[in-house]
Amino acid sequence: MPRLTISKTPKCYVGGKFIRSESGRTFPLHDATGAFFAHVPQCTRKDVRNAVEVAARAGAGWAARSAYNRGQILYRLAEMLEPRTKELVEALKLNGLPSAAAKAEVVATIDRVVHYAGWADKYEQLLGNVNPVASPHFNFTVTEPMGVIGIVAPDDSPLLGLLTCILPAITAGNSVVVITAETAPYPAIALGEMLATSDLPGGVVNLLTGFRQEMVPTLATHAHLRAIGGVVDSADRKILEIGAAESVKRVKVLNAVPPLDWYAGDGPQASLYAIQDFLEYKTTWHPVGA
Amino acid sequence: MPVVSKKSSARAPRRRVEPELIFGDLWEFDPAPESADPKLRASYGLFIGGKFVAPQSGRTFTSINPGTGQPLAEIALAGSAEVDAAYRAATKAFSPWARLPGAERGKYLYRIARILQDRAREFAVAETLDGGKPIKESRDFDVPMAAAHFFYHAGWADKLAYVFPGATPQPHGVVGQVIPWNFPLLMLAWKIAPALATGNTVVLKPAETTSITALKFAEVLQEAGLPAGVVNIVTGAGETGAAVVNHPAAAKVAFTGSTEVGKRIMRSTAGTGKKLTLELGGKAANIVFEDAPLDQAVEGIVNGIFFNQGHVCCAGSRLLVQESIAAGVLQRLRHRVQVLRVGNPMDKNTDIGAINSREQLDRITALVKAGVAEGAEMFQPPIALPRQGYYFRPTLFSGVEQSHRIAREEIFGPVLSILTFRTVAEAVEKANNTAYGLSAGVWTEKGSRILKLSTELKAGVIWANTFNKFDPTSPFGGYKESGFGREGGKQGLADYVKLT
Repeated sequence: MPRLTISKTPKCYVGGKFIRSESGRTFPLHDATGAFFAHVPQCTRKDVRNAVEVAARAGAGWAARSAYNRGQILYRLAEMLEPRTKELVEALKLNGLPSAAAKAEVVATIDRVVHYAGWADKYEQLLGNVNPVASPHFNFTVTEPMGVIGIVAPDDSPLLGLLTCILPAITAGNSVVVITAETAPYPAIALGEMLATSDLPGGVVNLLTGFRQEMVPTLATHAHLRAIGGVVDSADRKILEIGAAESVKRVKVLNAVPPLDWYAGDGPQASLYAIQDFLEYKTTWHPVGA
Repeated sequence: MPVVSKKSSARAPRRRVEPELIFGDLWEFDPAPESADPKLRASYGLFIGGKFVAPQSGRTFTSINPGTGQPLAEIALAGSAEVDAAYRAATKAFSPWARLPGAERGKYLYRIARILQDRAREFAVAETLDGGKPIKESRDFDVPMAAAHFFYHAGWADKLAYVFPGATPQPHGVVGQVIPWNFPLLMLAWKIAPALATGNTVVLKPAETTSITALKFAEVLQEAGLPAGVVNIVTGAGETGAAVVNHPAAAKVAFTGSTEVGKRIMRSTAGTGKKLTLELGGKAANIVFEDAPLDQAVEGIVNGIFFNQGHVCCAGSRLLVQESIAAGVLQRLRHRVQVLRVGNPMDKNTDIGAINSREQLDRITALVKAGVAEGAEMFQPPIALPRQGYYFRPTLFSGVEQSHRIAREEIFGPVLSILTFRTVAEAVEKANNTAYGLSAGVWTEKGSRILKLSTELKAGVIWANTFNKFDPTSPFGGYKESGFGREGGKQGLADYVKLT
């Protein structure tokens, strides 16, 4: 007699823990054949607020890690993904992606993690500098992480697109609250289980499944989010940009239309400048003299 | 006698105070008025397509000399038709300007820098007459710094590829720029120089109380032979500014001004795809530790808040003094502000000139009243103010609580709010307890403490053992509600290009 398999209750990875939505709501997920697969948490604006809180708590510690340490932790994430390639391929196939395409997306995702791991201790050397001011001062400009970043992940690339949006923000020392792909939430569920086994401190990456319509307005107006990244349509862009005004939040989202080529080079934007999007520049002056 | 609000008698220092010799008690300076000719016209048109043109509506407004309250010149008022004409001129000029080799664009900017230097004194006088700032500031800071900005950016025009490794910078197109009245020519330079160096064309609106040096700058552009339409200057108040910001031909908008208007611009440009940079208000903490070099610190505090009448977005308007030295610092400050010379901006000895407008004077007066009403202790030196024009005494508030309006709101005037702290952590906490994040000051002889604070203070510019220093090579701009984007330096170029 064939053994009855254990099916999994998908949970969201928030604050280093696996949570259901505070609302208790779920929505059913079906596989490519239309068969029932699982009930996925339908996160709410309250879940967004809770996630921002844990992200803010985790942020200071993550920002204070040395650049070398952040790089090693990101590399460790790639080490955790590589042996779980098969699981990630299955998660992508759930949405109808053919095997070869799913495999290609997973491989590209792992390579992108390694790429950003290398950036952690290098972007500062390209973006910051000493300024030759005319007065007798030593003057230098360095970058600093912004804080907590809200991210709206794309639907068309639920793993590669998701991590391509997250990586520049966390490489820069920010923590993120992510609304995962609405039409394909399962790869983000699987990714959360792998993040939990990486050395990334809990709360640095927080993944919420559910509907953009319910959560984007809260991302827009939440005063503790310092910037919004990711990929949105024109309607959500307008919601985000209007909502951002009250706290002068930085809106760095890409347009979903025309579709982005997630495989191109280092991503839709050259990666150094994607990191720069989530940094502030700070300039310090000090007199030179005895 | 100095004006001191009531609470002071209860807090009189117990130690015997040395008798103070106040410079100027027994004698007066002779007047030393600057006499160079500002070469003003009686009336100014709009600068569109390389020519001065009259507005179709025929509407004008009067620019007032705030030092005397007397009219200076008639300025054309641009409505939406004129703003539209300016955008048409800038759009037409864009493609040839952007295609010009960078080295050639740079040569125009070098010319502009040189002509500004040639006409520096004339511009300084015009700036002081129109805006009210002391002539020594316009002469030694505003105008030379504006020329320096053009000179610095001139050299970038053919070197942009070195700024963005791995990417190709392209200009945005036409940039709409709206600037404030506190540093009229300098803010114009901060906006126009990087825009032109990167190949954009410009529609710029100066503030309505300080249009004159922008229009004189248009004469400089004519002398430099800048192609018609590359820079267009439209004058007017908020309505004209809204037309500049909301014009569909603007690919990018750059604004310096209040946080309130900045937020309005964010809403009005939402969903339009326009690039945006904002340099907004501030409420900078200037933190003085007990081991600070006190003579320098006191000068830095005075410069930090009284420079340009305190009409400075990055002014050190919240003084945080370590409790152990608070009484001594306050005493030194009281002494120091008594010898500040307040009055005729055209006098070369004047330290604090005229408040820019009646409206601003009213705002400062109202906030100072609120400070007294909320229980802070006020000190103003017993100096006479000119009868004509808009003036305000340098004002110190001690015993300020974080909840007071004078500790939270940008006053934009010569008013210092003094708070105290005990520990480093408390200083950081209080300094960051604001929606703003433009600048901060730290005074201590301990190097490791400076570096710790420069990391923990959430502000775009940190002045350590100095304050209110600026340079074209040094990026300036804010965190949080002080806006986003940087002006100056390599980083300032990034906001005027798109990368492909």
